[in-house]
Amino acid sequence: MTNLKPVDVAIIGGGWTGLAMAKELVSRTSVSVLALERGAPRSTADYAMDMDELDYNVRLRMMQNIAEETITHRHSLRDSAVPVRQYGSFHPGTGVGGAGEHWTGMSFRFMQDVFTMRTHLTEKHGAAHLPADLAVQDWGVTYDQLEPHYWYAEQMMGVSGKAGNLGGKLIDGGNTFESPRSHDYPTPALKQAYASYLFDQAARKLGYHPYPTPAANLSENFTNPDGISRPACAYCGYCTRFGCMIGAKAQPSNTLMPVLRKHKSFQLRTGSWVRRIVHENGRATGVQFTDANGEEFFQPAETVILSTFTLNNVRLMYLSKIGTPYDPASGKGTLGRNLTHQVQGGARIYFDKPLNAFMGAGCLGMRISDYDGGNGLTGEDGLLRFGMLSCNSRGEQPIAAFGAIPPGSAKSNWGAEWKAASLQWRDRVSDLTLAGEHMSYRQNYIDLDPTYTDKFGDPLLRFTLDWTEHEYKQHDFAYDLAAKIGPVMGAKVDPRRPSHAKYNTINYQSTHIQGGAIMGASPDTSVVNPYLQHWDVPNLWVIGASSFPQNASGNPTLTALAVTHWAADAVINKYLKHPGKLA
Amino acid sequence: MKRREFLTIPAGALGGTLLYTLAREPFLLRAQEGSAKDGTVKVPLRFFTAGEARVIAAASERIFPSDASGPGAKEAGVVIYIDRQLAGPYGADKYRYTKGAFVESVPEHGYQAKANPRETYRDGIAKLGVNFDELPVEQQIQKLQSMEKTHFFQLLRTHTIEGMFSDPMHGGNAGMIGWQLVGYPGPRMSYREDIDKHFGTEFRPKPASLEQIMKRPGKPWEDEKV
Repeated sequence: MTNLKPVDVAIIGGGWTGLAMAKELVSRTSVSVLALERGAPRSTADYAMDMDELDYNVRLRMMQNIAEETITHRHSLRDSAVPVRQYGSFHPGTGVGGAGEHWTGMSFRFMQDVFTMRTHLTEKHGAAHLPADLAVQDWGVTYDQLEPHYWYAEQMMGVSGKAGNLGGKLIDGGNTFESPRSHDYPTPALKQAYASYLFDQAARKLGYHPYPTPAANLSENFTNPDGISRPACAYCGYCTRFGCMIGAKAQPSNTLMPVLRKHKSFQLRTGSWVRRIVHENGRATGVQFTDANGEEFFQPAETVILSTFTLNNVRLMYLSKIGTPYDPASGKGTLGRNLTHQVQGGARIYFDKPLNAFMGAGCLGMRISDYDGGNGLTGEDGLLRFGMLSCNSRGEQPIAAFGAIPPGSAKSNWGAEWKAASLQWRDRVSDLTLAGEHMSYRQNYIDLDPTYTDKFGDPLLRFTLDWTEHEYKQHDFAYDLAAKIGPVMGAKVDPRRPSHAKYNTINYQSTHIQGGAIMGASPDTSVVNPYLQHWDVPNLWVIGASSFPQNASGNPTLTALAVTHWAADAVINKYLKHPGKLA
Repeated sequence: MKRREFLTIPAGALGGTLLYTLAREPFLLRAQEGSAKDGTVKVPLRFFTAGEARVIAAASERIFPSDASGPGAKEAGVVIYIDRQLAGPYGADKYRYTKGAFVESVPEHGYQAKANPRETYRDGIAKLGVNFDELPVEQQIQKLQSMEKTHFFQLLRTHTIEGMFSDPMHGGNAGMIGWQLVGYPGPRMSYREDIDKHFGTEFRPKPASLEQIMKRPGKPWEDEKV
């Protein structure tokens, strides 16, 4: 083990949150910052030759090498877990920028009641009407406190969209159900493609309030407050699972790295796999990492920022023995609790006209929030929270698209009849998609697997996770809503209703894994305080979606960036001036 | 040293731009060593033996047949695509978690067994029989139907679709025949002027491959050293 020269701040993970924190630190203070990223360097220039569906969309060339590290999964405490051997339900990224390079770019603000979920649900429905295993909590921070930080994140990325609630004034064509915004989006909404246009028309006709998905894809050339210029989206459709080859999609490599590179106080070390946070007497003293050649290092640091993807944030604390592991039987302990994913669903719809669906962008679409959060829900049928329903023109690619046919149009899924039916329906299929809130439950949590290990021999994380009756109600509601809108779009709705299947690790759902190191007002029920400072180790900050006590319908990146900026303010304005516990 | 294996196919059967498909193999249709004067080409194989390649060529053709609705696996060169995938990191499970214990689990956990795609194919080909390609078509279909539930068949079906529609640099979709079949234009840098037009009518730009639009050689993952 080689001891390295001490730094003021060591940041673990070079993705959105770690680099956003680094940027604030080096541009607003004089501290020295070292970011440790286990993957390789990345830049926009790397992405020009990546417009290849097979290697990137099918084989997932940008993801973490799952042969080296994965998770295990079981449905309940009674089951034994097995490893996720090939990527399925979510896709962790690697390299500079992390999953922020290959993300889709959907950039929602969470609604204000999400941040006070326990209080809100109890007031609305009464504690007796909430499921006994419900684990939702208040965040310890409110929407109003985060609003300026949302605005910071939107400006940094140049998010395109249309405001629906500007300081309380509702604006038609935007999301009128959103919480009040201080500013309209930095850039106007993207153009719409045919399928999302049809959804907009139909939803409007039915009295809903469709609005364009807020997108971290620029609708026009834009220069952000840091002076970073990026071009408008070209609608090539190579977004999700790809890096953007022109930089129209905001990625850490094209927004944060150009700023960080100018600062001498910032260093980035790639190929550096942090394996332990070293601590004694309630203080982190630094981090231990292994480089690409297998050599081991100790990096001393005054402050440690743990800012990897949700999974590794939780795992590093387990491996470093920081905090109290959660016990689902007693409900005691905090590390690993409140694991959530996101509820997907909806319905497939079939048109008799071509959609030219190969054009698009990952986050190009129209959606409705008429039933988002608890909007329009009484809770009497047990449905407490729903989400958004959307129609997207993501840029369809031919391997993934081929073979989408209405049930009954071929007896088999191969051979002449199947081929002919697939050709007949080619470019005539779309989806109405739910992005639904996944509430947290006592039994869904993360701990260490007793059997399986990573390439170093360290235990893998184990997910105990399954859907509950509430998520099945969300699936049913989404299908029924889609079945109302689809025909008005001129489409036939797939007659297969939701199957109420168990959680599976095979089919992609979203890379929105949250919780495990949640924030909150009490050390008895959260890992970090409302400033994302660890309750037991005050010079350790754990940032990212691992801090979300439950999933909101919206995709988490924008909120992860907003809480990062909120935490950065706390570090810079309070902690560095007077190191100690902020709560 | 392993004897070099070739797949012999009628030149006319393959999309028409086989030369492009084989861009990374120094290879010219006319000048190729050992090429027959009878209008056939010999494609150098990376993984399969010639016999195995014939079996997989026939089986993929049953999955995606060349028929009245358009060209199929034969014209696209699907077997060449599969051969390269199996020879590369994917075939060797370089990027799959392959630590034990291997235990059977519920269907929600997907494929949990130890065998990598290469082993699965070798086993599957043995079950199809080395003379599969010589069987009458109806018997080939029956045989595949009897194996529909196997991991091998599911891989073969998936790979056949991939070989039809992946960028030609991967060895299939010869001459972009698969893209032409479904009206996919290939990767293109911009639809800024088209995204909100052509509503309800077919917009079908002429396909171009990644190497054609970028004007430089691609780096397909299957070429990575295993």
